[in-house]
Amino acid sequence: MTVPNSYRAQPDDRGHFGQFGGRYVAETLMPLILDLEAHYRAAKADPAFQAQFDDLLEHYVGRPSPLYHAERLTEALRESASEGMGAQVWFKRDELNHTGAHKINNCIGQILLAIRMGKTRIIAETGAGQHGVATATVCARFGLPCVIYMGARDMERQQPNVFRMKLLGADVIGVESGARTLKDAMNEALRDWVANVHDTFYIIGTAAGPHPYPELVRDFQSVIGREARAQMLARTGRLPDLLVAAIGGGSNAIGLFHPFLDDADVKMLGVEAAGHGLDKQHAASLAGGRPGILHGNKTYLLQDADGQIDEAHSISAGLDYPGIGPEHSWLHEIGRVQYESATDREALDAFQLLCRTEGIIPALEPSHAIAAVARKARKMRADQIILANLCGRGDKDIFTVAEALGVAI
Amino acid sequence: MSRLSSAFAGNHPALVTFVTGGDPSPAATPAILDALVAGGADVIELGMPFTDPMADGPAIQAANLRSLGAGTTTADLLTIAKNFRERHPDVPLVLMGYANPMTVRGADWFAAAARAAGVDGVICVDIPPEEDDALGPALRAEGLHLIRLATPTTDAERLPAVLDGASGFLYYVSVAGITGLQQAAQTSIETAVARLKAATDLPIAVGFGVRTPEQAAAIGRVADGVVVGSAIVELVGRHGADAPAAVTAYIRTLSDALASARKVEA
Repeated sequence: MTVPNSYRAQPDDRGHFGQFGGRYVAETLMPLILDLEAHYRAAKADPAFQAQFDDLLEHYVGRPSPLYHAERLTEALRESASEGMGAQVWFKRDELNHTGAHKINNCIGQILLAIRMGKTRIIAETGAGQHGVATATVCARFGLPCVIYMGARDMERQQPNVFRMKLLGADVIGVESGARTLKDAMNEALRDWVANVHDTFYIIGTAAGPHPYPELVRDFQSVIGREARAQMLARTGRLPDLLVAAIGGGSNAIGLFHPFLDDADVKMLGVEAAGHGLDKQHAASLAGGRPGILHGNKTYLLQDADGQIDEAHSISAGLDYPGIGPEHSWLHEIGRVQYESATDREALDAFQLLCRTEGIIPALEPSHAIAAVARKARKMRADQIILANLCGRGDKDIFTVAEALGVAI
Repeated sequence: MSRLSSAFAGNHPALVTFVTGGDPSPAATPAILDALVAGGADVIELGMPFTDPMADGPAIQAANLRSLGAGTTTADLLTIAKNFRERHPDVPLVLMGYANPMTVRGADWFAAAARAAGVDGVICVDIPPEEDDALGPALRAEGLHLIRLATPTTDAERLPAVLDGASGFLYYVSVAGITGLQQAAQTSIETAVARLKAATDLPIAVGFGVRTPEQAAAIGRVADGVVVGSAIVELVGRHGADAPAAVTAYIRTLSDALASARKVEA
């Protein structure tokens, strides 16, 4: 059913979210992309597919993830707020998922789709390594060979995840081109795919890339928002006033936001990585970019006047990408979701704040969201509710954080 | 008859040659283009460098990085094209590259700038027919050819969409893969070219993985043109600004092989 004037009816049948999205791929890949779309439509309509997805999410991933009222963090933020101010902070605890982040939700969905299509080999790109670990995990679970492309620079700063992927049986290939980060890993995965279309399924890790990826990744991740919406209603009898999520490509954010998009009273905030600052090197595509075409879709990109793609920077490898999923570009342009940013420094402060107030070590990605929560909570009334997506845990980041804080471990 | 049509109307298969513009520097490119012509190239593909050449193998990736490292801009590419047109009024020149540099200022701007620079046609790797609402119409409005790519995965059902709006020639990408690595089996090329010829009157040029005069001649016996790219780009990578002599000598081996490979109807 398509509800007129709904924010949840995108994309159109050509994969466009307004002017964004689409299928900007080489001709070799087009037939495969169309085939993938047909298979996804069939899977979406198949109760058996949905039942298998739900079963794995419950018994393998550990869903539903808890909805947690962060009372000590709420109190800490109220200390610097005016009387009667300081919103309640709640977290959707997707860092408690198997493999430690929201990425596994999408990987379960996509590997079921790959098996349904008869593909026998899986490839993926990874930045922080969370998507690589999640992909290697589902490949081990289903007995399919797995090749992960990872920027050589990201491999250096995410050694624990590289080792995890290898333990899970994946072949991790370091990418030496460009800035040796996520963008370059995605280029290399696309090159592999175009040469192996007959047997290979590309599990894209975020809600970006050629149609139907932005749609299907969003659909698989929307379990986050559906659960959170029901949990919040059950616990408080009301919907939150503000949703907050970090944005690299934006899959955890769109997964949280999408089920709430038609709840007019629920505001939403996406938080991009401002790196060293928006006037320096950063990864905030909406704040500092313009629409362009890269990696199969039209979306906001960090680029120069000639359309050459700029190198992004974030302390968080998972946000270190010069683009953003096309649905976010659309939601930004129509104004349904607000987008702000947080710097490396603000994310590090928020990381430590959550460690000390709640006994939760967050990943650096959601630390950007927590930084924005801290800013917003003080300006909202004490009876208002902020729900943020705690989309990953920080075990993988302790070396990066120690180095940034000048601590030798 | 357009310059491109003339190039494919000769009594031997056309030699289509690719180099990345601005590699090793914008100043060095004109002499390299002249070397292609001197060696007997019939069509010049001038690659527009891009930071993220997803469809290219290591040789052309490296050329893109060398070019951008030398500071090559879109304005430089257009100047190179314009000056080439002044030196070579009759040699067809095609810009090849990726969607973002071509459309960042608007497809209309790009088409007008390409026409003003004397360019005959454009090949865009990552705008399939499904997304060609802007670039193709803009090029046609300026009287430029939009050259489309067909691949081993382009089946009969899809081919009409690829051919709709295509002009100049049809570029058959003979392997499912990236530039410069594998080469296709001659029998699969022959089957594919026959299939394409049954569907279109456009000349068919076959590329990807073509390196030797023998390969070129074999393909030339069934196709209207042969595209060579990575092998030339590797020569430029090895010799840098001193590449023209080596390029001319290499191109001569290919054009000689094609001159003796009379076209036969597939």
